[in-house]
Amino acid sequence: MTTARPAAAGTAIEAARVVKEFGQGATTFRALDDVSIAVREGEFFTLLGPSGCGKTTLLRLFAGFEMPSSGAILLKGEDITELPPNKRPVNTVFQSYALFPHLSVAQNIAFGLVMQGRPAGEVAAQVEKMLALVKLESLAGRRPAQLSGGQQQRVALARALAPAPRVLLLDEPLSALDLKLRKEMQIELKRLQTETGITFIFVTHDQEEALTMSDRIGVMSAGKLQQVGTPRDIYTRPVNRFVASFIGETNFLPATAVPGGVRLATGDVVALPGAPASGAVTLTVRPEQVRLVAAGEAGSIAATVRALVYFGTDTHCHLALADGSELVARLQSPATGDAGLAQGQAVGVTFVPGAAQIVGD
Amino acid sequence: MSPAEQAQIRRAARNGWLLSAPALVILALAAVGPLIIVVVYSFLLPGKYGNVVWGFSLDAWRGILFTRDIFDGTLAWADANLTIFWRSVKLSILTTVFTFVVGFPTAWFIATRPPRGRALWLFLITIPFWTNLLIRTFAINEIIRNEGLLNTTLMRLGLISKPIEMIYTDGAVFVGMTYVYLPLMVLPLFAAIDRFDMRLLEAGYDLYASRWQVLRRVILPIVKPGIVAGSILVFVPALGAYVTPRILGGGKNMMIGNFIELQFGQGRNWPLGASLSVTLLVIVTAALLVYVRYANGDDRNGR
Amino acid sequence: MAARSFSISRLPGFNAIAVLVFVVLYLPIIVLVIYSFNAGRSISDWEGLSLHWYAVAWDNDDVKDATIRSLYLAVTAAVISTAVATMAALGTTRRRAFRGQTFIYVMINQPLMVPEIVTAVALLIFFAAIRQATGYQGMGYLVAAHAAFCIPFAYLPIRARLEGMDLTLETAASDLYASDWQVFRHVTFPILLPGILAGLMLAFVTSLDDVVITVFIKSAGQDTLPTYMLGQIRRQVTGEINAISSALLALTVALLTLFFLLTRKRD
Repeated sequence: MTTARPAAAGTAIEAARVVKEFGQGATTFRALDDVSIAVREGEFFTLLGPSGCGKTTLLRLFAGFEMPSSGAILLKGEDITELPPNKRPVNTVFQSYALFPHLSVAQNIAFGLVMQGRPAGEVAAQVEKMLALVKLESLAGRRPAQLSGGQQQRVALARALAPAPRVLLLDEPLSALDLKLRKEMQIELKRLQTETGITFIFVTHDQEEALTMSDRIGVMSAGKLQQVGTPRDIYTRPVNRFVASFIGETNFLPATAVPGGVRLATGDVVALPGAPASGAVTLTVRPEQVRLVAAGEAGSIAATVRALVYFGTDTHCHLALADGSELVARLQSPATGDAGLAQGQAVGVTFVPGAAQIVGD
Repeated sequence: MSPAEQAQIRRAARNGWLLSAPALVILALAAVGPLIIVVVYSFLLPGKYGNVVWGFSLDAWRGILFTRDIFDGTLAWADANLTIFWRSVKLSILTTVFTFVVGFPTAWFIATRPPRGRALWLFLITIPFWTNLLIRTFAINEIIRNEGLLNTTLMRLGLISKPIEMIYTDGAVFVGMTYVYLPLMVLPLFAAIDRFDMRLLEAGYDLYASRWQVLRRVILPIVKPGIVAGSILVFVPALGAYVTPRILGGGKNMMIGNFIELQFGQGRNWPLGASLSVTLLVIVTAALLVYVRYANGDDRNGR
Repeated sequence: MAARSFSISRLPGFNAIAVLVFVVLYLPIIVLVIYSFNAGRSISDWEGLSLHWYAVAWDNDDVKDATIRSLYLAVTAAVISTAVATMAALGTTRRRAFRGQTFIYVMINQPLMVPEIVTAVALLIFFAAIRQATGYQGMGYLVAAHAAFCIPFAYLPIRARLEGMDLTLETAASDLYASDWQVFRHVTFPILLPGILAGLMLAFVTSLDDVVITVFIKSAGQDTLPTYMLGQIRRQVTGEINAISSALLALTVALLTLFFLLTRKRD
């Protein structure tokens, strides 16, 4: 089965047309539906999606804990689909950490190296190095139960990094930490990735985590890969409604394509180069790209202020258009905190050029 | 599913069976298998000096309830057997009820101790549970026999002039069985009470219930699975008791267990012993099935 | 006594009954232990402290024989039953449910559900047939029977330990290059060990306690301590039985204490 095929330049690990089904007969559940993805050498790649979208399943296929129902997993172009996890140069940081309770911190970190049969001297040196890397030198003799959550997290990282894997898989490793510690660990993880140069595949359902840490993000939903791209791509050019709404907040407006733009239900036309010639479309625009102008100003869309929600730095202004559809504008709060708007006030709405775009469903 | 996945599932099932195989072989040879032979033997004829003669017969099954007159061959109720059955059932039920009556307060007491003391009290009830039944029966025997501690003390105090004949009575067997089977009642009751949410009592009292009403309407219905489990754990071995009635009941006050043994000893009627064993097994299995239904049907207490 | 505050969990009379139960439960055992140190011939009159009956039991070759046989049987049965129960527990827990799993559970727990007397009779019949066919009279019958009825007792604590164990630990080990055997050797087994020791101990005590099945299937001259005691109680009660009982009791308490220390939740 191990048919080597030419690797795409710089590809670390790859899923090729992978399908994973659980259960049998009528109760079959398709966790992954024809997913193809190629993670590049040395990149910080994030699989982002709501729970149940298949991201953890994909990670387990990379690790070898599960086998795909069809399709293949390739490491550097080599088919490893049926290679057991203990023979894959891929390590995992588990969500629950899965530290061995009967072993000390140092023994936990040494585990993979010992199993690989590395000489004792090398193991000791590498354990030292790893302890230093995660700044846990003083706790080498402790048992996992004697450590705090953040310390356990570091041990789990050191343990998975110690054998210097080709790819490190991280399954929502920060979800058990409180907010402050999570922020610290985000920076820490990024540092470790840069220092070691190892390819990280990071699974999370937290879009902010994904945006701040990743080189590239793969957005998943319902077992399918929706979009792959840099955080900027994903945020500014979402390919469909799901991606647009899952990452950040956004407005959707029903519209009809007309030459050179789209016509909203209110009758206003928004200029949009490259839009399709005709048919019903959905227009999306981020709240921070919505501008308020005086009512009746040329080129603006008439709207009424429905509600104002004060968020400190921002004020969210909920608007109703003439046809009843809703729109949120995020306005920077002025120094006084008063946006100078009142409920029921008539205003004009414009979009920052290039911000509004059409998304598929 | 891919062939690899199917192979994985098949391998898991195969490993499950392979790993269980040694245990299953031992159990089949020295526990379950022989039970089937008992059923076969119950349809055979007794040998003159014990064992069986091969030949189909329903005599052993008839012999459970009837005796055949030696002279005219007519069937009559086997009064002696019926007495033994009645005693077994009566004593087992009495034992079950009484162990519950005293076992429930005991279990409640243990479960409501502060956490540190609780482990000790639980340990104190576990020791008799694991102590040889023979030793415990013997300990009771030492107390209630004619020259036992109770009689000698009473005589020395001048309260009685000659020993009260307590031993070798149904009463002695009842006392003995209650004594030896009590831990079997207390432990499952404790397990149920331990899971009981004491805040429900506050709710009960808050809604004007008296202590008795709280016990009847709140506690007992919720710990019912524990009560059923304890009752089965006491009733089943009590019905098949052998050691306790043998020591405390003497030769006259036999229970089913001793009656079965008799058929393999002096009685020299292995088929009858076999049919009696099968009967006992059927009764016990029926009781267990009732338990399974209760335990499964009553899942409200988060079991 | 007027309670200063309303105690939620107190039920009238319960504490009194419970304390009485503990007294009644322990009094006969304590009396038995005390009288085992009685100097007198009679066992109802106290004639001073002595180890007389322990010496009598010690010098009795039948007792010595029975003790050795009991211990040999208990150790053999405990080791066999724990070994097979460990394997069965590994085979039946924490994996995808497979066809026949319920059957295996029922088989393993079967000795707990059948009255001892019925098992005893069944084994008597079965082994009598084997005796007739092969002429073998050795300890094999007792070992097989004890190993069988000890299996559920060994199985329960091992299975409980396995079910409490985090499955991802094994996944993590295999992720860290451990082969199936290494996973078992370095992760599963060390974590399972307290459960295995607990199972071993429960099986040992169970075998040591058995009377009924042993009485039915032993060959001539194969008395264990309990069957020897049962025979003695039927004849004439002497302080020797007190002494043997007390010694067995001490062994049981020691093993149970060890068991509790082992299974107590740590960390």
